[in-house]
Amino acid sequence: MALELNQIYTQILTEHNNSSRNKHHIDNPTVSLKGVNPSCGDEITLELREKDGIIEDAGFTGIGCAISQASASIMIDLIKGKTTKEALHLANLFFGMIKGEVTDEKQLEELDEAIALKDISHMPARVKCAVLGWHTLENAVKGEKK
Amino acid sequence: MNGKRLVYLDNAATSQRPLQVIHAVDEFYRTQNANPHRGLYELSVQATQRYEGARSTIAKFIGAKKDCEVIFTRNASEALNLVAYSYGLTFLKKDDEIALPVSEHHSNLVPWQMVAKAKGAKLVYLYPDAEGHLPEKEINSKITEKTKLVAIAHVSNVLGSVYPVRKIADKAHSVGAVVVVDCAQSIPHMRVDVQELGADFMAFSGHKMMAPMGIGVLYGREELLNKMPPFLRGGEMIEYVHEQDATFAPLPEKFEAGTQNAGGAVGLEAAVRYLEGIGYERIHRTERELLNYALDGLAEIPHVTVYGGTKNRENRCGVISFNVDGVHPHDVASILDAGGVAIRAGHHCAQPMMEYLKINATCRASFYFYNTKDDVDVFLENLKKVRGWLGLGT
Repeated sequence: MALELNQIYTQILTEHNNSSRNKHHIDNPTVSLKGVNPSCGDEITLELREKDGIIEDAGFTGIGCAISQASASIMIDLIKGKTTKEALHLANLFFGMIKGEVTDEKQLEELDEAIALKDISHMPARVKCAVLGWHTLENAVKGEKK
Repeated sequence: MNGKRLVYLDNAATSQRPLQVIHAVDEFYRTQNANPHRGLYELSVQATQRYEGARSTIAKFIGAKKDCEVIFTRNASEALNLVAYSYGLTFLKKDDEIALPVSEHHSNLVPWQMVAKAKGAKLVYLYPDAEGHLPEKEINSKITEKTKLVAIAHVSNVLGSVYPVRKIADKAHSVGAVVVVDCAQSIPHMRVDVQELGADFMAFSGHKMMAPMGIGVLYGREELLNKMPPFLRGGEMIEYVHEQDATFAPLPEKFEAGTQNAGGAVGLEAAVRYLEGIGYERIHRTERELLNYALDGLAEIPHVTVYGGTKNRENRCGVISFNVDGVHPHDVASILDAGGVAIRAGHHCAQPMMEYLKINATCRASFYFYNTKDDVDVFLENLKKVRGWLGLGT
């Protein structure tokens, strides 16, 4: 399949990548966790403020490619105000989409803007960029529960 | 590739292979395949001759005094690990110093970290200047009476700088240190003579110089190899084995446990002959033209930073590390990929160098003599479009 850049570098992706709306420290985080892609050196630090099982606020800092940065930013829009359980559900749905396992549009609706990253499933070399933020979220939430 | 002609500019990672090499490997496995050194029958004798013939060709190619100074390994990494585990762990002591440039590939750095930790030795780094060269001051101040081993790449895989190995080796020998040279990035492009370099050990991989993947070489001076213990133990590297003890075979078998990659060795020999047929002078001239052409082109594209600069071209191989303002190297690589251009993006297995340059990653285009100015043109044209894709204008 020929690689179509306009399916990857969409307006949603470039806007999130060029924006710092979610890329900053937050006040009084309850969790702060670093996520790293050792093979490419991308790293982000995710900060969450949880109260009564609800993610009140979230932000991230770090460096990485447009795909990893935009994916983390879109994720933060999605998880703010959600319960940690809902956030984990979204993470799993996202992993399913990126692996190409979940393709049903109705099922994916919940992922909203993150659907813009669907075609990463055709770019194996970039999958780990797209999931960096979501994996960090998964570890942050699961670690919290221990 | 992606519907476009492939423009392969990742030669510092691995080269493409000519038919001469592929056919040599094919022919070996079709007509001479048996386990070298094992059988008493004619076919095994032939396989042995091919394998040992390859060793002999390579020994001459690198200027070794004896064939037995050439040890076949999987690649340069394994060769360097052999030196670290066998020489390093045996002969280095507490407070000894290992000197190496910060630009070293992880394969000539992480094994020395292991030795330093195990023996209480210390790693001392030499820092290159902004153009990627090692200042004399660094060489003279970091290699001292305490230095017992100097590890250095002949050519840096990040900036393409050619390091003054002979000068460094002379300094190292004057303080009694041994010199380990990583020629993985140099031997595909320039003549390597271990005597001229002053190398006590020298490592390279076949796959970057057109041979198959999975064959590499360690050169070691005979007297050093003789006093070192084996690295891997097992078949065909022994003399006598008793229940509680064993004695080991002489060089080179002492360091070649188990069945070796004979097909790879035959392929490496074919690659050596192929490169010698073309001649390093022609290879150098072509690559120099490509480097000049690419650096001239890059200098004219706004928002592109070339590490080591675009002006400094002396002692520089066809490796160009660069970044595009506001765009992560992975995105640059993906966008070029859509145009059929293969480059590398990342830390190039040289994270300490990236830390030193205060960057997270770079893009890297690297040439071989089969590349053309057309390739460079396609590369530059696609590069100009990168910022547009990310909504950053031109």
